[in-house]
Amino acid sequence: MSQDTNDADIVVYRHVGCPYCERVVRRARELGVSYRSRFVVPTHSERDIVARVSGSRSVPVLVDNMTGVTMGESANIVRYLERTYGDEQ
Amino acid sequence: MSGFDVTDLPAASHPTVGDQAPDFTRPLVSDEYWEDVSLVTLVEDAPVVLVFFPMDGTGNAKYTWIEIRERGWGIGEETATVVGLSISTPYEHKAFIDRHNLPYRLFSDPENAIAQEYNVVHDHDGMAGIVGARPAVFVIDDSRTVQYAWAADEWPELPQFDAIEAAVETC
Repeated sequence: MSQDTNDADIVVYRHVGCPYCERVVRRARELGVSYRSRFVVPTHSERDIVARVSGSRSVPVLVDNMTGVTMGESANIVRYLERTYGDEQ
Repeated sequence: MSGFDVTDLPAASHPTVGDQAPDFTRPLVSDEYWEDVSLVTLVEDAPVVLVFFPMDGTGNAKYTWIEIRERGWGIGEETATVVGLSISTPYEHKAFIDRHNLPYRLFSDPENAIAQEYNVVHDHDGMAGIVGARPAVFVIDDSRTVQYAWAADEWPELPQFDAIEAAVETC
C-alpha cells in the first residue's frame, strides 16, 4: 500500500500545510505510489536544496529516481503520476 | 565542584556496552530539510554517535553542540556520523542548527518515545507535561552494538567529550 518509506524511489519536497503539496501526495497515495517526504521551511530564501534540485525554490517538487524525472507544479506532477502509475497507462 | 549540591538523577537502566541499540525512525533535520531516517540506515555508513540532549534553547543543548562543533566531530573521512536527538520540533531544530552554525543533523521526537526506549527520560521540574531526555551519549557500530554508553546522573551535566572521542577512535 501507499505510505512514506525510507527507501522509496520517489521523493517529494513539500512544506507542512501547503495545499499544492497535499494535492500531490494525496494523488500519490490514491495511486498506491510510495514516496519519501522531504520537508522544507515556508521561507523561500531558505530553500536552496529545492533550487539545486529543480532550479526553483517553489514546492512541491517531485523527483522520480525510477524514471529520472524531476518536476514542479502540482497539476503537472499529478498528471505525471497518473500517466506513469495510473491504470490507464 | 560547583560548591553546592547539584540534583542527582535516579539511576537509569539505559543500554550499555555490548547491548543492541534499539532501532527507531524519526525525522532527521539538517540545515536544509528533514525526512524520516532510521538508525539502521545511519549505521550502515559509519559508526553513529547518538547524542540525547535537553530541548533546544537550554544552556545544556547550546554548550553541548558548540563543544561538539569546536571539536570538529564527524567532519572529514574515517570518522563517525554525529547526530542529536531532542523533543524539539523540526522547526526548532532548523533554527537551532542555523543559530549555532552546526554541520550536524538532529532527530526530532516530541513524544519522547526514543528517550523512553533508551531509558534516559528526564522529567522537567516546573513545566507541566514536558518530559525530555537527560544528557546521554551512545556510540553505536555497524551491527547496532553499543560501543560506548553514558547518561548523566546529575542535572545538569555535560557529556564526557574526551571519553566519547576515545570510543569513536576504537570503533
